[in-house]
Amino acid sequence: MSVQVKKQKQTTMTQAVNSEVEEKIKRVSSYKGVIGLIIVDSDGIPIRTTLDNSTTVQYASQVTQMNQKARSCVRDLDPSNDLTFLRMRSKKHEIMVAPGKDYTLIVIQNPSE
Amino acid sequence: MYMCILKRGQEFGRQCNFSDRQAELHVDIVPDPSLAENFIERNPVDSGIQCVQEMSEHEVNTERFETSVRGINHTEGGWPKDVNPQEVEQVTRYRKKVEKDEMYINTIQQLGTVMEHCIKQNNAIDIYQEYFDDIEIDPIDEVPSAKTINVFRDPNEVKRTATNISWYPDGPRKLAVAYCNLEFQGSTPDTCMDSYIWDVENPNKPEMTLKPVSPLVCLEYNPKDSHVLLGAYWDTRKGSQPVEMTPIEHSHRDPAYKAIWITSKTGTECFSASTDGQVLWWDTRKMGEPTEKLVLDPTKKQDITKAQGAMALEYEPTMPTKFMVGCEPGTIMSCNRKAKTPAEKIVALYTGHLGPYTHYKEIHSFLKTSLVLVIGKLEQYQSYLTDGCWSPVRPAVFFVSKMDGTLDVWDILFKQNDPTLSLQVCDEPLHSLRVQEQAKLIACGSHSGTTTLLELSDGLSLLQRNEKNLITAMFERETRREKILDARHREMKIKERAKSSADKEKEDEKDEGDINEEDLYQKAEKEFYDIIEQEKKRMENKQMAKDDMDKTDTGKQSPIQEEEGEEKTNGNPENADQKKD
Repeated sequence: MSVQVKKQKQTTMTQAVNSEVEEKIKRVSSYKGVIGLIIVDSDGIPIRTTLDNSTTVQYASQVTQMNQKARSCVRDLDPSNDLTFLRMRSKKHEIMVAPGKDYTLIVIQNPSE
Repeated sequence: MYMCILKRGQEFGRQCNFSDRQAELHVDIVPDPSLAENFIERNPVDSGIQCVQEMSEHEVNTERFETSVRGINHTEGGWPKDVNPQEVEQVTRYRKKVEKDEMYINTIQQLGTVMEHCIKQNNAIDIYQEYFDDIEIDPIDEVPSAKTINVFRDPNEVKRTATNISWYPDGPRKLAVAYCNLEFQGSTPDTCMDSYIWDVENPNKPEMTLKPVSPLVCLEYNPKDSHVLLGAYWDTRKGSQPVEMTPIEHSHRDPAYKAIWITSKTGTECFSASTDGQVLWWDTRKMGEPTEKLVLDPTKKQDITKAQGAMALEYEPTMPTKFMVGCEPGTIMSCNRKAKTPAEKIVALYTGHLGPYTHYKEIHSFLKTSLVLVIGKLEQYQSYLTDGCWSPVRPAVFFVSKMDGTLDVWDILFKQNDPTLSLQVCDEPLHSLRVQEQAKLIACGSHSGTTTLLELSDGLSLLQRNEKNLITAMFERETRREKILDARHREMKIKERAKSSADKEKEDEKDEGDINEEDLYQKAEKEFYDIIEQEKKRMENKQMAKDDMDKTDTGKQSPIQEEEGEEKTNGNPENADQKKD
């Protein structure tokens, strides 16, 4: 019995936390100029996206590779260093990449909007 | 001095035994001071030393790197084995599972905060803002230059001349190059007849091969339909064989040196000129026979036996009926297609060339139509110039290719007696030249079939401020000056005539007087000096006229100063008339 209760408690907790995550995502993507938000895992699989599928897959694969390259670049220069954030300014918009341990957050923003 | 070591035969081959022993003196040479007298001490001594490290320079050209393009099919991957990315249900289930992961939640919370910071930063301030955007940089500072981007070589064993180049009308991605040996009969029968379309990025292999039944001298893209080429009429969508050809009995008897598409609604009309002295109009929908025909007979009687072979053809899109033809003997004909009688078709005839009219290849007269719509300009060139064209963007700039392999860029607003930029493109004669619509890229074809792609610096390819106005003003000034000069010429002639007649009268009077030997001698002397004086004056006049011309004449770069500088503003008929005189 007690075990069941515990389980229920946990799910409610995760649900609460989950909604917190949702809220965060919503807030980030509602900022001025934000075009899209993508969360990818370490394999480059898009977990969460606000864009359409083909664009998401494009961004996920390209940015993951770019991110790995940037990280290896930083580490090659100084092994004790690590990449914390990657901003790419392009003619049309800025691609911001926040690399985490298992997940990476990508935001595409049009800063001039 | 010698030293002898003795050793017994039986000791040969034995191992050595080393042992210590006292130093022994073999020879003792005493210093001889007298020898020193043979030498003189040099003091001080000069000797050069180098304090920097010695270096040498060596240039080496790396081997040509052959690349090839291959396609690859990317599919979405990286998903766990049991998830099929095509199945929406499986994907959403997997994603849901991940989203419940505690690690995920933590990471996103943390990363979200960082991201938010950056987004706010971006929204707060534009760190890439250009502060002094509105300040214009003086364009004169820049030295005009051009650099070679790619070289396309004729892939065949027997090299042929790149006779004509045409740019792909939809953007600078492709080049159509016609290859042909211009010594038609002299070419070996196994010479390849193909012409090629090149991708500007790939100089190793032509993108497409055009296989005509006879070598092509000209090749033009249709400006309306970028798939259609003119030469023998191609459609690139239908493979490398020509789609249609003009029947031999109706087409030119000599190679068609130039063919142009006419800007019409249908985009199917074109016309061509050949050394057989004919200009023929065609409609690609009906290639069976020419829609119209014109014989380039200078006597205006449409007599084919008197026709002059055409080497160049130019036409102004704004005046679809008028066109100009450059002929072998160095004449330029201005023709009107829509004229009622055949005699009226040839509107005017300009002869410019004074050089020997023997070999057609040596005398090219090129007609250029500038993009400033009102200005048509005739340009005459010396033998060593092979091709020329105006910049489609800058009305004051034109390009000329020469027999010695150089490409000259002229900016007539900047300098009129020298090219602004002279570039050695290759060591062999350049044969053809074509500028891309945006004027940034130039393709030059050489005698042995090498096509070089050049990129111009911004100064030469971007429209300058007030350029159009300046150039119009300049041409107007030129026409005015021409008129004034002409008037002065006439005035002088009349004066001279009057003077010479006066002289004659005087002499006649004198003749009537007594003639003794003294008088005869004096008279002869006076006559001599008179002639000299006249001759001098005439030369001076000529020189003056010439100098004036030189100063302003734009096309004047030939070493032999010719009577030249024919400029005209279209729609200014009096000027054209004046030229006819």
